[in-house]
Amino acid sequence: MSEKRSIEEINEKIRNGKAVVLTAEQVSAMGKEMTPAEITRRVDVVTTATFGPMCSSGAFINFGHTTPPMRMEKITLNNVPAYGGIAAVDAYIGATETAMPHDTYGGAHVIEDLIAGKDVLLQASAKGTDCYPRTEIKTLIDKSSINEFIMFNPRNAYQNYNVAVNSTSKLKFTYMGTLLPAFGNANFSTSGELSPLLNDPELRTIGIGTRIFFGGTTGYVAWNGTQFNTGKPLNEHGIPVGNAATLALISDAKHMSTQFIKAAYFEKYGVTMFVGIGIPVPVLDEDMARRLSIRNSQIETNIIDYGSGNFEILGQTDYESLFSGEISLNGKKIRTAPLSSVKVARGIADHLKKEITEGRFLLTQPVALFPVTTGLNSLNIRL
Amino acid sequence: MTSKRFVLTFPPAATGEPITYNLIKKYDIMVNIVRADVSPGKIGHLVMEMTAPAKVLKEGMQYIKQQNVECEPIEKKIHYRSDLCIHCGACSAVCFAGALTMGRETAELSFDPEKCVVCELCLKSCPLNLFSIDID
Repeated sequence: MSEKRSIEEINEKIRNGKAVVLTAEQVSAMGKEMTPAEITRRVDVVTTATFGPMCSSGAFINFGHTTPPMRMEKITLNNVPAYGGIAAVDAYIGATETAMPHDTYGGAHVIEDLIAGKDVLLQASAKGTDCYPRTEIKTLIDKSSINEFIMFNPRNAYQNYNVAVNSTSKLKFTYMGTLLPAFGNANFSTSGELSPLLNDPELRTIGIGTRIFFGGTTGYVAWNGTQFNTGKPLNEHGIPVGNAATLALISDAKHMSTQFIKAAYFEKYGVTMFVGIGIPVPVLDEDMARRLSIRNSQIETNIIDYGSGNFEILGQTDYESLFSGEISLNGKKIRTAPLSSVKVARGIADHLKKEITEGRFLLTQPVALFPVTTGLNSLNIRL
Repeated sequence: MTSKRFVLTFPPAATGEPITYNLIKKYDIMVNIVRADVSPGKIGHLVMEMTAPAKVLKEGMQYIKQQNVECEPIEKKIHYRSDLCIHCGACSAVCFAGALTMGRETAELSFDPEKCVVCELCLKSCPLNLFSIDID
């Protein structure tokens, strides 16, 4: 009979300091020599991680009330607009929002500054109501002066992503970095065999309520992410080819670290945020062990033309080739470069491994699993 | 033999002295011009690689400076804040000269100024804006 274990059994081992925890890279290497059955017998938990630019990120802030009180409507933080169309002193600051005309500083920088403990200039205006008479405010805030500072990222941790190339004769500046003309380079952005959702491609263990490492502290999976798509074609190893599932994540940003939340600016694209995520995956059975031993050579993705504007799929490649520094497309060799930091991701996976091994981080059974979807809606223009 | 890259900065009123010619002819230095930006009446820049025995290179540098032309090793003109680097690799994407490369095993960025051709693409491509160049 094949070996199986429950999350409760794994947690018991963690509490007793007896759990065997490895990183996804270590298990991928193990998978070359050992069968899934052997891995299942030897390993309890595998830590996965990623640290890449994730635009769909931001934070809710509650500023606290003044006397007399105010229902803040138009709000800026260091001149970056925050969304105030919710209750009185609540706001959402999105990572990609920018302070015009200085569009190299944006919401991600405000978030990073707050996490770093710096003062941030809050300015707000309102029409004034009988219950909220104040109409203007200008003051400094910092993370100890505000009430909640909750990072809520609607779409993070993409399961696989496109490789970007540029077929045109012009240099292109994109969210996939700078693309040299005439297929001068190919940029990619996942941590490959270390990436969370590539290690649990069917989302058997990652669902609503899963406890994770998020931006330097403990966070949770809140929901499936936006543009969540389980309908992508799978390769022979069960890996979706191209961007597929995503996660919506939540945590207390007051406890985050600027080591794992980093504001960034992509030339002529705008502001985004590098987000550090680590997810422990339990080795429940041989099927999970087989999934977790996936290697870069077995993970494939599409090569897309980001230069021409029509995002045509030009071919496919795998992450072993991408990490080797060179891929081949229609017989032409193209130099590759990552945008997501494997170095920082490895640090997260190692950190999480240590936390679990030493009994400080327990695994969770998802409260609910994610839906199975058939594809994404496009926006049809009806007028 | 030593090969090194230098950035030469010419004052607006250049002497008219044929500096590169003299470096080759008088000092027997192998000169490879990597980038040139010289216009009459403006501060000019020349990025070049010089190859010669170390002693001769030193003499060549002294000769250049005697002509009232600034001559600095390239690594003194290009600044990379490695302490703040997250090793994402975005700069290596544009560095066709191969000065910025990602280590395959280490996943770390390494910068070899001796391969830099001062194309300046890394300045715009680093998402954290960690590169700067002292060439106006």
